[in-house]
Amino acid sequence: MSAPLPTEAAGRPATLPRSRGGDGAPALPATRIAPDWLWGVLLVMPALAMVALFFLYPLGLSAVSAFQGRDGGWTLANVVKAFELYSLDMAFTLAIVLLSSALVAILSVAIGGYLTLGGNRIAVTLLRWLYRWPLFIPFIVAAQMMRSFLAKNGLMNNLLIGSGIIEPLQAASLLDWRGVVVTFVWKQTPFVALMVAGAMASLDRSTIEAARDLGAGRLRILGEIVVPQIRPTLTVGLILSFVTMLSVMSVPMMINPNSPTMITVDMAYRINAHGDYGVANALGFVSYAMAGLVGWFYLRHGVRQGGAR
Amino acid sequence: MTFINPTRTLARIFTWIPRGLALGLLAFVIFGPLTNLGLWAVAEKWYFPHTLPLQYGFSFWERVFAPRSNAMASLATSVTIALLTVAACLAVSVPAGYALARLRLPWRGAILLAFLLPQAFPSVAVYINVARIFYTLGLNGTVAGVVLVHTVHGLVFSVWITAAAFGAVDRSLEEAARDMGAGPLRTFFGITLPLAAPGVMASSIFVFLESLDEFTGTYFVGVPDISTLPLLMFNAGMGGNFQIAAITALILLVPSVGFMLVIERFLKADVLAKVGH
Repeated sequence: MSAPLPTEAAGRPATLPRSRGGDGAPALPATRIAPDWLWGVLLVMPALAMVALFFLYPLGLSAVSAFQGRDGGWTLANVVKAFELYSLDMAFTLAIVLLSSALVAILSVAIGGYLTLGGNRIAVTLLRWLYRWPLFIPFIVAAQMMRSFLAKNGLMNNLLIGSGIIEPLQAASLLDWRGVVVTFVWKQTPFVALMVAGAMASLDRSTIEAARDLGAGRLRILGEIVVPQIRPTLTVGLILSFVTMLSVMSVPMMINPNSPTMITVDMAYRINAHGDYGVANALGFVSYAMAGLVGWFYLRHGVRQGGAR
Repeated sequence: MTFINPTRTLARIFTWIPRGLALGLLAFVIFGPLTNLGLWAVAEKWYFPHTLPLQYGFSFWERVFAPRSNAMASLATSVTIALLTVAACLAVSVPAGYALARLRLPWRGAILLAFLLPQAFPSVAVYINVARIFYTLGLNGTVAGVVLVHTVHGLVFSVWITAAAFGAVDRSLEEAARDMGAGPLRTFFGITLPLAAPGVMASSIFVFLESLDEFTGTYFVGVPDISTLPLLMFNAGMGGNFQIAAITALILLVPSVGFMLVIERFLKADVLAKVGH
């Protein structure tokens, strides 16, 4: 899974009384040997060192070795080779992740919207109970489940045949790009929907009620009043799941191992079969670039939104 | 009110048709794959074009739960790694969380963000290079190496939630303890830590689950000697042994679903509201 739990409770104010001193005051009146901030830095240091040593250093190493040859000199050969061999896979990866993100966006807004605006209490309760399940299921388990569910003799095809919707000969395996998209959407929608529903729940209801009194339909209220207000939350949720989908190796490996596939699978292949760190890191660099592009888009968008306010 | 308006009742039934269809479809999409997994776990024989297994039984369960089976060894490895990861995370994030919640820190926002970084970058290439570094250090294929990888990945939960938990502790209680002459360490262990314990516990649960379910890092750093449950499941599934894969998957599901059902008891709203702030 990924990222901290978003929650519907996040909008609620803290119930505990504020401290006496307020935020600016020193934490505890103490006989101080060292200034406050020095203690703070000392206490944070071990955790930060872990991130620096076991994340930032390998991250830097991967970025640097993408542009280094086997002899250690600077070269673009790895990148050129990565594009020669895997440019189709790069496009494939981007397409899958973008398509999945779009589907996740639509579904999570629909779920959040019904939870917020839905008129029938029983249906809302049922939906609230239903939609969260995949959140608790690890990616690797989801991949194995879909591998059996979407296969030619999987439960999905069997039930479609059994209910007469398709003929037995029409049964096709969905274990290609479609399976990857289905698994990603299945696993990520609850995560984004939980964030979106939380943001929607903490909205000011008065504008919604006002629009309702003026006769606006629920779809229009959702599209014109609710979604514009929760757009920052939706964007953050989508970016987090975009990066998660770029990082998850088990799903494409188990559902779509054959070419064209996602570049995570290619990276593992370069290492396991060829010990080729150069091209693997060049592919890694491409995946950072994809994530970076989305991050840049978000920042630009955020800045523009801040400027408009 | 004994009079029932037949048209209204009918209208009510009709509005339930699209609603029921949508909810039913969602239920099928969500529970269909789970059911398929459950069926594979108890199927002895099942092949195309049969809709349901031809023979049910538990012989694969006996194989998985045999005392000397691979699955039991992997389960033990997985749990050991997850517990060590929790210990490592707590060791660094309790002090860090306290400092972030209570002490004046320069660049506090940037420090908080730093712990999110391992989750905010596509991780496969990072793990490849961690494995490369660990290879020169002799940490590849060791429990310690895998624990380090899992710890870095779990830090965002442990630091953010621990900081929120310490932040939600009422400061006046600490001040009262100090006024009565307790030292800073005694105040921390006697007042702050016990009051923040549910939040710390919740963060540990997240770290434990993250570690238990982690695949990619273990795949690169753990080879060739470390086999956790996700790796065992992957190998069984890729090898076509769907029964073993399904049973292993169910073993992995139990703690995830179980912990998530109780998580709300540990993670109170006042702590949640502070996560990431």
